[in-house]
Amino acid sequence: MALGLSAIFGVIRLVNFAHGELMTLAMYAAVVAFQGLALDPFVTMVVAAALFAGVGYLIQRAFINRFVHRPEHAQMLLMIALSIIIANLLLLGFGPDARNVQTSYQLDSFELGPILLDKARVYAACAALAATAALAAFFRFTLTGKAIRACADNPLGARVAGLPVAHLYAVTFGLGAACVAVAGCAMVSLIDVTPTLGPSYTLLAFVIVIVGGLGSMVGALLGGLLIGVSEALAGVLIAPSAKSMVSFGLLILVLLVRPQGLMGGGRR
Amino acid sequence: MTRDRQRWAVGAATGMVLLVLPFIASNYVLSVATLVLYLAYVGQAWNVMMGFAGQLSLGHSLYVGVGAYAAAGLFARYGVGPWAGVWLAIALCAAMAGVIGFLAFRLRISGVHLSLLTIAFAELVRIAFDHIDGLGGPGGLFLRVAARDQIDLRAFRGPPAMYYYAMLGLAAGALAVCAALLRRRAGYYWRAIREDEVAAQAVGIDTFWWKMRAVVLSAAMTAVAGVFYAFYYNSLFPEQIFSFSRSIEIILGPVIGGLGTLMGPIVGAAALVLLGDGTTELLARAGLDVPGGKHVVYGVLLLVVTIYFPNGIWPPLARVLGFRPKRL
Repeated sequence: MALGLSAIFGVIRLVNFAHGELMTLAMYAAVVAFQGLALDPFVTMVVAAALFAGVGYLIQRAFINRFVHRPEHAQMLLMIALSIIIANLLLLGFGPDARNVQTSYQLDSFELGPILLDKARVYAACAALAATAALAAFFRFTLTGKAIRACADNPLGARVAGLPVAHLYAVTFGLGAACVAVAGCAMVSLIDVTPTLGPSYTLLAFVIVIVGGLGSMVGALLGGLLIGVSEALAGVLIAPSAKSMVSFGLLILVLLVRPQGLMGGGRR
Repeated sequence: MTRDRQRWAVGAATGMVLLVLPFIASNYVLSVATLVLYLAYVGQAWNVMMGFAGQLSLGHSLYVGVGAYAAAGLFARYGVGPWAGVWLAIALCAAMAGVIGFLAFRLRISGVHLSLLTIAFAELVRIAFDHIDGLGGPGGLFLRVAARDQIDLRAFRGPPAMYYYAMLGLAAGALAVCAALLRRRAGYYWRAIREDEVAAQAVGIDTFWWKMRAVVLSAAMTAVAGVFYAFYYNSLFPEQIFSFSRSIEIILGPVIGGLGTLMGPIVGAAALVLLGDGTTELLARAGLDVPGGKHVVYGVLLLVVTIYFPNGIWPPLARVLGFRPKRL
């Protein structure tokens, strides 16, 4: 069920080391909204997505756009700096204890013949699928979406054609942040949140994106599915604690043999 | 001429202060100084790979961890002291780096993909160590804490001053090795590869083998730091020592100080620890106990440096101090 969620991660192409931290931030937002205003995480989701889109847009505009022409490692370091700041500000604000959200339907489940499905998980998966579908539609059918894809293909060409590249990059980042917010709000009803949650999710997101292929949305979905299934299988066949070993093994294999990912195009 | 004399004066004064520090400073100051030297040392080791040869590794905690576990495991289970253990640590890390480097460079992995590959290996090994029960697994591996007042050089047990001198020696040694390497063929070849790998290849440099050498040397140097870590802190947890944030900690020093410079890792480590711990200390004095405050400082420092000082703080600082700032 977490597959759908992880798929969202894969959609933006920036090498973003602050991904997990942004998600943790969204999770805390959901916790606060729940405790303070008694808002359901799935309601918070909509607000948080809008808010994060704005914040993401500003982050890109303020920091990252200056780095587009710098070497790759400078961008990575910038994102690492942001992630350290977010994680530790959360630690400052909320302390190291785990927080969670208790919803009324958390322990309910749907019965589908012999299969029992947790309600919270079903809702989370639906939200993930909806967000993915919305994003796919956006990229395929709207002008802005098409323009963003043009930028990704060939930034110079896009600029020559008169597209506001900096603005479009910022929009992309905002969209990515919005997706992360959706993921965070959905996750908060499934797992507890602590300030140090970020890095492991950043890495998970990377595994999925790389395995699926950078910049390929189908690949991201497929990567999420593949990782989810192989982790679940490894958990059953080997040992539950060893399951993420499989995904990192898979990541290494894909990086070595097919760095463009399973669904990525021929060009790197 | 006067500039040269100034350089020597500054260098000699710093050396003197560092040498007599244990006699004049409290244990707390000494532990901070040891941390600075430790970070300077691993930063120097990492800098060989990234700063000189231009290969970005984000998984150096792998070598710290393997080095630490190799020596500590030998000591805890078989009573073999760290002087033998350090060789095992170096051999293991060099071999692992060799394998990773071979796979990566033969298959022409570079840039972001290489960084992700190094992270993936570090994570893989972390989970593997969680499952090695003989070395404590996730519960951790502990070394007996010895009496802190007597020096036992054979088992590397002793008072804080001993660890301080050991780390001082290592940091100075690493600086000397790097300085020597840079002036030799290796240094020029590495920098050529860093600046333009295709061009380096075109003038006849075997880029594959030179990159391999950088990676293996960097890993071997880091392994020694791991051994020190194990015997200084006496407890190892895979969760901590292999963690991604540990790798980040290693790279912060050289990045902030200045990539590819000799003094960068040292200056960066000092700036980080002094500012980070200084803030924590000040806040503690003010009656505020803030977990994570130190790391917010780290993050802000990294942010400021990457935006405003893309070459690190050492080159401009050197200019102010009257050194010839050269990006090696």
